[in-house]
Amino acid sequence: MTKHFNPSRRDLLKGGGALVVSFSLIGQGEPLMAQEATAQRPLSIAEVDAFLAIDARGRIAVYSGKVDLGTGVRTALAQMAAEELDVPFNRVRIVEGDTALTPDQGKTWGSLTIQAGGVQIRNAAATARAALIEQAAQRLKAKSEELSVADGVISAGNRRVTYGELIGGKMFSIKLDPAKPAKSKEPKDYKIVGKSVPRVDIPAKVTGRFTYINNLRLRGMLHGRVIRPPSVGAKLESVDEGSIKDIAGIVRIVREGNFLGVVAQTEWGAIKAARQLKATWSKWEGLPEQAKLFEHVRGTKVFRDETTGNVGNTTEAMAKEGVKKVSASYDFAIHTHGSQSPSCAVAEFRDGKLTSWSASQATHDLRKQLAEMFAMPVESVRCIYLEGSGCYGRNGHEDAAADAAVLAKAVGRPVRVQWSRADEHGWDPKGPPTLIDLRAALDGSSVTAWESEFFIPQQTDKSFMVPLIPATLAGMPAKPDIAPGNIFQNSNIPYKFANIKAVCHRLETTPFRPSWIRTPGRMQNTYANECFLDELAAVANADPIEFRLKYLDPADQRGIETLNRVAALAKWDKRPSPQQNVSGNVVKGRGVSYVKYELTRTYVAVVAEVEVDRAAGTIKVPKVYMAHDCGQIINPDGLRNQLDGNVIQMVSRTLIEELKFDRSHVTSLDWVSYPVITFPDVPEIVLDLIDRPNERPWGAGEPSAAVVPSAISNAVFDATGVRLRSVPYTPDKVKAAMRSGA
Amino acid sequence: MAERRTLNVNGRARTITVDDLDMPLLLALRENLALNGPLFGCGLAQCGACTVHIDGKAVRSCVHPLSKVAPAQKVVTIEGLAQGSRLHPVQRAFVEEQAVQCGYCINGMIMESVAFLAGNKNPSETDIRKALANNICRCGTHTRIVRAVKRAAGTA
Repeated sequence: MTKHFNPSRRDLLKGGGALVVSFSLIGQGEPLMAQEATAQRPLSIAEVDAFLAIDARGRIAVYSGKVDLGTGVRTALAQMAAEELDVPFNRVRIVEGDTALTPDQGKTWGSLTIQAGGVQIRNAAATARAALIEQAAQRLKAKSEELSVADGVISAGNRRVTYGELIGGKMFSIKLDPAKPAKSKEPKDYKIVGKSVPRVDIPAKVTGRFTYINNLRLRGMLHGRVIRPPSVGAKLESVDEGSIKDIAGIVRIVREGNFLGVVAQTEWGAIKAARQLKATWSKWEGLPEQAKLFEHVRGTKVFRDETTGNVGNTTEAMAKEGVKKVSASYDFAIHTHGSQSPSCAVAEFRDGKLTSWSASQATHDLRKQLAEMFAMPVESVRCIYLEGSGCYGRNGHEDAAADAAVLAKAVGRPVRVQWSRADEHGWDPKGPPTLIDLRAALDGSSVTAWESEFFIPQQTDKSFMVPLIPATLAGMPAKPDIAPGNIFQNSNIPYKFANIKAVCHRLETTPFRPSWIRTPGRMQNTYANECFLDELAAVANADPIEFRLKYLDPADQRGIETLNRVAALAKWDKRPSPQQNVSGNVVKGRGVSYVKYELTRTYVAVVAEVEVDRAAGTIKVPKVYMAHDCGQIINPDGLRNQLDGNVIQMVSRTLIEELKFDRSHVTSLDWVSYPVITFPDVPEIVLDLIDRPNERPWGAGEPSAAVVPSAISNAVFDATGVRLRSVPYTPDKVKAAMRSGA
Repeated sequence: MAERRTLNVNGRARTITVDDLDMPLLLALRENLALNGPLFGCGLAQCGACTVHIDGKAVRSCVHPLSKVAPAQKVVTIEGLAQGSRLHPVQRAFVEEQAVQCGYCINGMIMESVAFLAGNKNPSETDIRKALANNICRCGTHTRIVRAVKRAAGTA
């Protein structure tokens, strides 16, 4: 279905100017909630009304600042709200990521949508339900305790009143007190949470009716394309406007500093113009030599050291006579998000206001950035989320939104910008290269000291806003932040060694504009830590799982159980690695890895099985076992889907993926030069979901990705006795490692 | 110079006006006919998000110019698979297996699978994996997609 609408036609400006254009994501085509149409919505997360509205028919709108990036959390959030309100699941619809309608619950990142965002919605729903019961008690002249609630109807004997009758179309006007949240339902009474409710978006997605951002069309909308510099730092010297004069329907060539774009009547016209437009750019070769990337990283000036783990005195422990010292360096390549759709956005300037539609994971932040960029009051910018293709972090969506805004402003009409594949691969922000040095001392078979150093880019200030490309290119106002995310996380370890020192060297710069990509830092750091731990287990001649269990905090029973469960699931053969007496060219092995996410939440343990072709240097991962404890599970099937995705994507990132570049620019600009995993190489995945309905729900978006690279590396070591320490494990690297017998 | 072209899409003759016939079929479907099922993913025939059927064969519409589509050829998009409200068995299997994450690749997965199953009634898992080897899914939905195709083939 094509969405044709024009905000001005539905310009319901009451109570302060919220333009009302909304999408019904559950039961497409339902009318707007009265509260959306008649007033500016409260947006403070301290208000029940910021999260919920109930209309006269008892239909529930849930306003979520967290958005569904293709993981299915829309369904899970609706489950949480429906459960807490005691209404049928299909009566709830979720409105997502609209700065005029939804509260700012922070970015959709960090595996926090259920854990933080969902719990806020749950608390608002519990508070609303308590208020409705109180109102019903008065209306029905009964005591609250005598009332029962089912399907949005409150009953006292045969007297009854519906939610719609009590509150329909009105505000609750109740503050949420985070210190004293309303009592939420007992998990034993759950009817919707904990069930594999089918995802609400799938029927539309299998029939071509889903409204992706790419499918949004406004009346009078034009099509834009951007022409990026051929090298990262090139300056635009000249543009030959005549070079596209044979193309029909060109509306404008937009040039602002080093920003260059074209606007055309049709998308094809814009594509042709972007391909054909002749421009000259200055030469720039400021990138490091790829072959020496990690020397470059090691040589980059340190902005600040952050100590993330400090127990005892490692210097003394390492210097102790008679200890065995072990050291190793690990590195992890630069990765691109590689979202399946290149970024796409639509923008419109009208009456001094900007409306931006995009698949941004953080519309409230994007709003601030666009306001800054165009020197507008933030109130004059509205950002609306529409789902794009899968998004695993801060990719190009926000940049495309800014591109669309620049072009829309230039032509005074709505403009849709669709990036090309090369725009996306070339210009989405990258997962920065990570270098890790590890050292340890063993006294006999016991680890006495652990030292780690992480060479990772700094995070400037606390904004976590990645600079917008067109603002940088056009010289428009923008903060020159470096924002790789919380990549220090999981640099420290969950193991109780007597002496530990973990230090993050936060580097002043990194070669490409960084951002967070699925499991940022936690995955690279866990990769090095869990591989090195395996190295120590091998030195101690210990079984890798037993070795981990020996050092886990005995009080941390959930972690211990998670490891034991994966051992049982994989029918783990207890013995040290590497295995002995291997023969033949193709050898098999198994490796384990464990994480307690951010050392505070979700536990994951994984066993990977590998087959290594020693002559060819190729690695296959036929099977992966995982035990996963994220506390209370909202939707088991949704969780399985997400865990499968994490495993598969991480096998891809571990074995294949590496951004290639020359001194000027990214050279992996498509799926041939940046290959990702395909069907023949996808492992079978066996999951053990550890459900703890009485515990709080924790995040599951990312933690399971953290353990995959290390499990593969450990399995390769088990198979071959050779340790791989540089992701991706390309055949060349594997063969080189085999030759050196490292 | 504007060109008129008649296409047979989802069983109907549709006449469109375009700037030139080098335009990819994908854009004609999306921009001229508002059929948003086929999606733009790479424009290079590398990912499969744009897949449609031409005379029953799976074709990457992002690189298939209009000039190569004869008026008599039958173009079918994912919107044309269902019979009214009755989903095609492959679509139904994708719903039953919940074989979707973001879903951006799913048009291609379904269209490629329908064409594949038409010529292979009893595929093994390996056959299915090979048949879909040139379709990219970045979210990692592969195992579910394979299950869905098996289910649709009746070989699950």
